[in-house]
Amino acid sequence: MNWIDTIIQGILLGGLYALFAAGLALVFGIMRLVNLAHGDLIVLAAFLILLLVSALGLNPFIATAAALPVMFVLGWAMQFLVLNRTLGNDILPPLLVTFGLSVVIQNGLLEGFSADSRRISAGALETASLQIGPISIGTMPLLTFLSAVGVIVALNLIFYRTSLGRAFRATSDDSATAGLMGIRAERIFATATGLAMMVVTIAALYLGTRANFDPTMGPARLIYAFEAVIIGGLGSFWGTLAGGIIIGVAQTVGATINPEWQILAGHIAFLLVLLVRPRGLFPRAVD
Amino acid sequence: MALLETRGLTAFYGDFQALFGVDIALDEGETVAVIGANGAGKSTLLRSISGLIRNVPGQIRFDGREIGGLAAPDVLQLGIAMVPEGRRLFPSLSVEENLLIGRYGRVGNGAWSLDAIYDLFPVLKERRHQPGTALSGGQQQMVAIGRGLMSNPRVLLCDEVSLGLAPVVVRDIYAAFPKIRATGASIVIIEQDIGQALKVADRVYCMMEGRVTLSGTPATLSREDIHAAYFGAHAR
Ligand SMILES: Nc1ncnc2c1ncn2[C@@H]1O[C@H](COP(=O)(O)OP(=O)(O)OP(=O)(O)O)[C@@H](O)[C@H]1O
Ligand SMILES: [Mg+2]
Repeated sequence: MNWIDTIIQGILLGGLYALFAAGLALVFGIMRLVNLAHGDLIVLAAFLILLLVSALGLNPFIATAAALPVMFVLGWAMQFLVLNRTLGNDILPPLLVTFGLSVVIQNGLLEGFSADSRRISAGALETASLQIGPISIGTMPLLTFLSAVGVIVALNLIFYRTSLGRAFRATSDDSATAGLMGIRAERIFATATGLAMMVVTIAALYLGTRANFDPTMGPARLIYAFEAVIIGGLGSFWGTLAGGIIIGVAQTVGATINPEWQILAGHIAFLLVLLVRPRGLFPRAVD
Repeated sequence: MALLETRGLTAFYGDFQALFGVDIALDEGETVAVIGANGAGKSTLLRSISGLIRNVPGQIRFDGREIGGLAAPDVLQLGIAMVPEGRRLFPSLSVEENLLIGRYGRVGNGAWSLDAIYDLFPVLKERRHQPGTALSGGQQQMVAIGRGLMSNPRVLLCDEVSLGLAPVVVRDIYAAFPKIRATGASIVIIEQDIGQALKVADRVYCMMEGRVTLSGTPATLSREDIHAAYFGAHAR
């Protein structure tokens, strides 16, 4: 029973990693931009939620709903005003600029919130759990996983059922020809990053309620996000969830064997998948 | 006054000059063909008009406005759509999605809709859920033309729609042009096949090395004149 329990915990943890990763996959898929500040933006969103909870006394879920449009606008502006200028044939400028952004965000948060670690309180939900037969499932981990599934369903609907989604895919295929269709790539990119920041905000809620966070922990979240995206293979958002689950399960199984192996087991699983499937589980058809 | 005209149009790729003062005009409802050998600058002319290349604003005029400096989405919004060389369908989009995206920036008012395109090219309806790039060359060209029409443009720019297609397929595609004209659209066609160009166009321009070397109606142009304008005077 212990093992089943461990694997279920791992799958649910994978939901959190999928939430970290989905925004990264969205942005990279559309504009080939690797955002090194992604993890720091998650932490930034967590502080925003914390601020809304502590200053206005909001319930964390309401605070997250309020943070969503703020983060969309922030992402839109960041892409339109800064990151769009770095896009081109050279892959170095976006890396340098987002690395710089990462440093700026970390230091800004240190300045504003100090290095103390914080936590967003979800009240009674934190300890609540569901008993299914002999297995007990924490309500927050379950909500995290269901949110990840919800986010992926929503992203798929946007991508494959809306005019905006067609514009995302067309711009990603060939932005010059997309321009002939009246599609303004700069705005499409800004909208994509805005959406990614909404996903980041949802990820931040669960990051902040699950454990303590502090201004410097962004880059470590970025690594899990990267690994999930790469295992997933960029061909589908579901791949990102699969990637997150693989890392999550490897971590909980590793930790059960020896608590010191938790992080390492996740990275080893990542390398093993890459060894077998170098292009990830669900590679893109066109590249 | 012409609906669309270029006056002394120059165009550059970096330091390389591709057009040296091109003057062409297109009247409302007219079909004009531009012919010329490889590298003459025909595609550069259409890329300039459509906004893929930025030019001096006053060198291109549309409906009384200077549009030479506009970007492609702005030009489309004014009602000039382009069927680009090599079709350039979006591989991630199905046939129907490729058509639908043609009206992303402009819906216009006019006869063209998904159903009207499927009436024009019935084979596309059967294949509408397949990826655009899974189709034959001729069918892909139909999608590219349909995509251009979806915005109900006032001017349709077509760059070598017969490129690489078998003669029977070319005939099918050109059979659509009278129907497109009947909706009132003005058309610029780039064509390497002189016979085809003379058949479809009200007027013809011949380009060579970035300049217009000859223009006139098909009835007034002799084979010799066209030959000279196409390959240079030394071929005479
Ligand atoms: N992207 C580019 N960069 C540099 N030079 C270019 C570019 N595109 C075209 N040229 C040059 O500009 C000139 C005109 O090219 P253009 O494509 O307009 O010719 P074209 O008449 O359309 O030829 P074709 O019949 O082969 O399509 C040629 O000398 C070509 O080499
Ligand atoms: Mg050409």
